[in-house]
Amino acid sequence: MRHPCLLILAVYIAFINATELTFELPDNEKQCFYEDLEQGVKFDIDFQVIAGGNYDVDCFVSDPVNSMLYQERKKQYDSFSHTTTMKGVYKVCFSNEFSTFSHKTVYLDFRTGEDARLLPDMNGATALTQMESACLSIHEILKVVSDSQTWYRLREAQDRLRAEDLNERVHIWSIGEAIILFVVCIGQVLMLKSFFNDKKASVATST
Amino acid sequence: MIIGNYRTQLYDKQKEEYLPATQGLGMFVEVKDPDEKVILSRQYGSEGRFIFTSHTPGEHQICLHSNSSKFALFAGGMLRVHLDIQVGEHTNNYAEIAAKDKLTELQLRVRQLMEQVDQIQKEQNYQRYREERFRQTSESTNQRVLWWSIVQTLILVAIGFWQMRHLKSFFEAKKLV
Repeated sequence: MRHPCLLILAVYIAFINATELTFELPDNEKQCFYEDLEQGVKFDIDFQVIAGGNYDVDCFVSDPVNSMLYQERKKQYDSFSHTTTMKGVYKVCFSNEFSTFSHKTVYLDFRTGEDARLLPDMNGATALTQMESACLSIHEILKVVSDSQTWYRLREAQDRLRAEDLNERVHIWSIGEAIILFVVCIGQVLMLKSFFNDKKASVATST
Repeated sequence: MIIGNYRTQLYDKQKEEYLPATQGLGMFVEVKDPDEKVILSRQYGSEGRFIFTSHTPGEHQICLHSNSSKFALFAGGMLRVHLDIQVGEHTNNYAEIAAKDKLTELQLRVRQLMEQVDQIQKEQNYQRYREERFRQTSESTNQRVLWWSIVQTLILVAIGFWQMRHLKSFFEAKKLV
């Protein structure tokens, strides 16, 4: 379907506040994403399997001293939230090692920290006017709308890929069955004819 | 519009740490649109920034390969890639926009809301296009199942008739019937 093309072995997600990635996880492989975080930062991880096999994947999250914060096997989608207790490199790994031939397409959403400020010198120290706080609440609501659109897009992608796969399989197997039908029926007739030919010849020689 | 920033670091086995900036290591960036057509194909240095705009809705592929002929990534060699991809509304640099159009803070906030709503509308258009594709696929599956079932039944019946007729004439020729 799609050729795996992330040849890099370690991917750092360097971002202001959020990263969404859809990547392909080949069979029998593990892919990890790393992020350098300060102490006391809250981060959220959402992942969903969009295509491949049974639509499940193993997910592990570990902190800089390699202790597991989150460990789940064969999950289709999940959310995980954590506030960091130490500074360092946090690791999110996805494993498809239990699957022998199906590669998975996984969507990952990694959100961290606070929203970046609109302007560098905007700070929350001064009280906001009514207009500004109205704008801020609309902004938050629109973010929720955007998130639910993303969720909907993922569900739709999953169903559509499944339907396209089904379509292809119906097509291939129908053609295959028609060919098998022809071959078997004509083969039957020829074999039957060959029985009688042999018998006639053996009857002729025995008498 | 999509902006991608990346930075690479090569792992130094002797010092057991990642070198700050790798000289001579290039990354080849290739972006393909949903019809598998290449829209961006360029070689950048160990640090780079690529920008492209999507003209068709759908799944685009962003690939980064390293041309590691110079710094051969032997077994155990590792490359650390810092990747940052910003899409749509997030590509706007509001400080720049505020300075260029001379907007007050309130006007800037409203501008941001407008961008967000624009993004939501684009996503809704894309949703309509995807739903149409999904419906086409389902209808095609339905038609194929129907048509092939009819064809296979006809083949079965026709071959059955042919078999009986052929065998009957065969047995008559052999004077068994």
